[in-house]
Amino acid sequence: MKSAVRMTGIVKRFPGVVANDGVDVDIRAGEVHALLGENGAGKSTLSNILTGLYRPDDGTVEIDGHPMQFSSPRDALEAGIGMVHQHFRLVSTFTVAENVVLGEPDSPFMMDAARVAQQVKELSDRYGLAVDPSARIWQLSVGEQQRVEIIKVLYRGAKVLILDEPTAVLTPIEADALFKTLRAMVAEGRTVIFISHKLDEVIKVSDRVTVLRGGKTVGTVETASTNTRELASLMVGRSVEFNRIVRSNPADVAHTVLTLDGVSARDDRGREALHDISLMVGRGEIVGVAGVAGNGQRELAEVISGMRPLSTGRIDVAGESVQSGRARSAIAKGIAHIPEDRLHTGLASSHSVEDNLALKNYRSSSLSKFRVLRRKAIRAQAADLVRSYDVKTPDTVTPVRLLSGGNVQKVLLAREFSSLPKVLIAASPTRGLDVGAIETVRARLVEAAERGVGILLISEDLDEIMSLADRIVVMYEGRLVDEVAAEAADRERLGLTMGGSTVSGGAR
Amino acid sequence: MRSPIRFERRLEQPKWLNWAIPVVSLIAALVLGAIVLLATGKNPLDVYGRIFERGFAGTRALSGSIKTATPLAFTGLCAAIAFRMGLINIGGEGQFYMGAVGATWAGLAFGGDLPTGAVVIVMALSGMVCGGLYAAIVGVLRAKFNTNEIITSLMMNYLAAIFLNYLIYNSTSYWRDPESRNFPAGKPISDRADWNFYEIGGIKIPLAFLIAILAAAAIWVLYKRTRFGFEVGVIADSPKAARYAGIRTTSTIVIVLALSGALAGLGGAADVGNFRGLLDSKGLQMSGYGYTGIVVAALARLNPISTLVVAVLIGGLTNAGFALQGPDFPSGLVGTLQGLILFTAVAGEVLVKYRIRRNRRIAAVAA
Repeated sequence: MKSAVRMTGIVKRFPGVVANDGVDVDIRAGEVHALLGENGAGKSTLSNILTGLYRPDDGTVEIDGHPMQFSSPRDALEAGIGMVHQHFRLVSTFTVAENVVLGEPDSPFMMDAARVAQQVKELSDRYGLAVDPSARIWQLSVGEQQRVEIIKVLYRGAKVLILDEPTAVLTPIEADALFKTLRAMVAEGRTVIFISHKLDEVIKVSDRVTVLRGGKTVGTVETASTNTRELASLMVGRSVEFNRIVRSNPADVAHTVLTLDGVSARDDRGREALHDISLMVGRGEIVGVAGVAGNGQRELAEVISGMRPLSTGRIDVAGESVQSGRARSAIAKGIAHIPEDRLHTGLASSHSVEDNLALKNYRSSSLSKFRVLRRKAIRAQAADLVRSYDVKTPDTVTPVRLLSGGNVQKVLLAREFSSLPKVLIAASPTRGLDVGAIETVRARLVEAAERGVGILLISEDLDEIMSLADRIVVMYEGRLVDEVAAEAADRERLGLTMGGSTVSGGAR
Repeated sequence: MRSPIRFERRLEQPKWLNWAIPVVSLIAALVLGAIVLLATGKNPLDVYGRIFERGFAGTRALSGSIKTATPLAFTGLCAAIAFRMGLINIGGEGQFYMGAVGATWAGLAFGGDLPTGAVVIVMALSGMVCGGLYAAIVGVLRAKFNTNEIITSLMMNYLAAIFLNYLIYNSTSYWRDPESRNFPAGKPISDRADWNFYEIGGIKIPLAFLIAILAAAAIWVLYKRTRFGFEVGVIADSPKAARYAGIRTTSTIVIVLALSGALAGLGGAADVGNFRGLLDSKGLQMSGYGYTGIVVAALARLNPISTLVVAVLIGGLTNAGFALQGPDFPSGLVGTLQGLILFTAVAGEVLVKYRIRRNRRIAAVAA
């Protein structure tokens, strides 16, 4: 069958990360082709290359058999490739019709409202994208706004539509309607690339699936001849080598250092992101939180570290209650936190190494006196930590954003570990790091656990969780849906529960 | 069609740009200005010579420039201290008015009884409190309700202007001179409330300018050396990192805006005490010190010490502008020259953050 899009040997590097490492995808004309992979597997980078947002460092892109080099999204659009982004790009005070024509390459000065409305209506009738062309965006539901995004792309004549996690914002009924639309589009000869990490949806809607992991293509399978179980194991990786790090000093579960009791919290948009979470971490225990990003892990880390208030429940550290939404209280009680977003949450990236190393203890009497900073002490502390954590930096006044990814993480670790915490929340602590740095970070985590620190390791990397954690819990849509001891953990079962399937009814 | 050039964000901002760009900007402004002057039949060298002479050459010119610079130094510091934290306080104008109102009240109330030194202190404090509280309203709105401080602070300038008009023109307030029935004016404060001038090396320097120097030094120390300054810096760099580190962002926002307003208010107090001697509603509104202060702070790259230097430069340019104006030199041309200098300075600012690259067209290899 003819290829609509063929990408061969795509390589894309970012400072410190290889996002795509020789990816091959072949997408046939007239199919729904799913790109499946965990966050960070390289799906978004790949689609950004296809839509001309990024330029690949290596590899070729062929559209309908012709090699292409896009230098902007407009080039890609001219070649018939349109993207429906996860975060809508709509002007909320404009009407649907106005948004559809907005940014059109050769739009006339005056908009022919009636003609556009007519065309929008035709498109929406044809593909079952019910939406009123004269409605204003702010009046529409999220599902309707997504339809506007799709119409926008169709209006520009896209033959290949890329949908990035389209169901993330939809209710199940809206998602079903979307799937019908996608089928209607391929029935007319258009091609759909469906990016997702939800197994059930991929099975439901796609003709073929390409699985990405760690920036590489794992393989392409016919949907009809696979099942969620197989896809899950492709997505998270078979247990190639699985060496649990052996600890000399086992966890002391009898002494609880961190207790979450019925914790709920809302996300930035005010929706409930954590539902009634209860969890305990013992002295020296590493509890792994597995799950696909966006299922409440970030909120969980923020709630414990006092950056986000609880709506219900309580958090105790070694028997003492932590004030809700008070980072200072959490720090004082001995909670250290390695956030996911190191450069903008964990660190003030334009600030120097020494300032960042003092970011949490500049208030202490050793670093400031009468509210005046003791620069010499701050510098001495930095010199000390840079040495003992082997941070590669020209000097302690270099801004941390100029350091490499591994050294950025070392600065963070140095600060968090040197505070002698009781509890450590580590969110994706090795993401984007090279092999050497990953080893260092993991070794430091184990060391801390042996000293008695209770660690909550939040990660999408199952290998990491399985090799470090004593106990594993799975998060899905803001709930803890599964809990297993690490020795008894089964990759396949974890993959399924992470994808929202219940443990008992695993297959499709 | 695509543009032949594009702007690309600099990954690093080399230190030498900090002085090279302003110098190049000034030269560019002079060149552009020369073209305008030539087109209108003037000799650019001659005009530039006169600007230098009237603005900066000699003790008399410098005395005048420093006098004009004094209110701008305060409004410049007001903008700089807030902008450094990413708070765009456009309200220096209104905060300046409120400071003038507060200081005039203090001058009128205590000018007759207290010794001069005490009156000066009471006036300065009163101006700072009024300006500071007025700006703190903006801060509370921003911190508690995430209201855009640009809009609120700007709107409050108009409120303050209306309040001034009310005090002088539309009421028989404490600030209005009861003698002035036909043409309403402010009540003059007593001579004992007048702020002093000091002669240093032949240059007459108002007390207020010396206070501005102290204020600039204090801000420098506050931001460079104290815990508070550290916290402000972290919030400006990344609000999320600040929350993560347990820094109280809301109270810091209110405090910084209050300090910013207090500086503008101190400027208002200085305006009354050192120069006008009464609450001059119309004069204040025509001067637009608050808005010019924003330009001063921006040109000084928000450094408090540079703010003083830039204030004197702008003060000198303003005075030279007045001196140049005449039958053969329209005020529009003066405005054009001043505008060009500001314009190139702002354009230069862009070049600190971005660099210009030629756009290469990369087309489809085969279509």
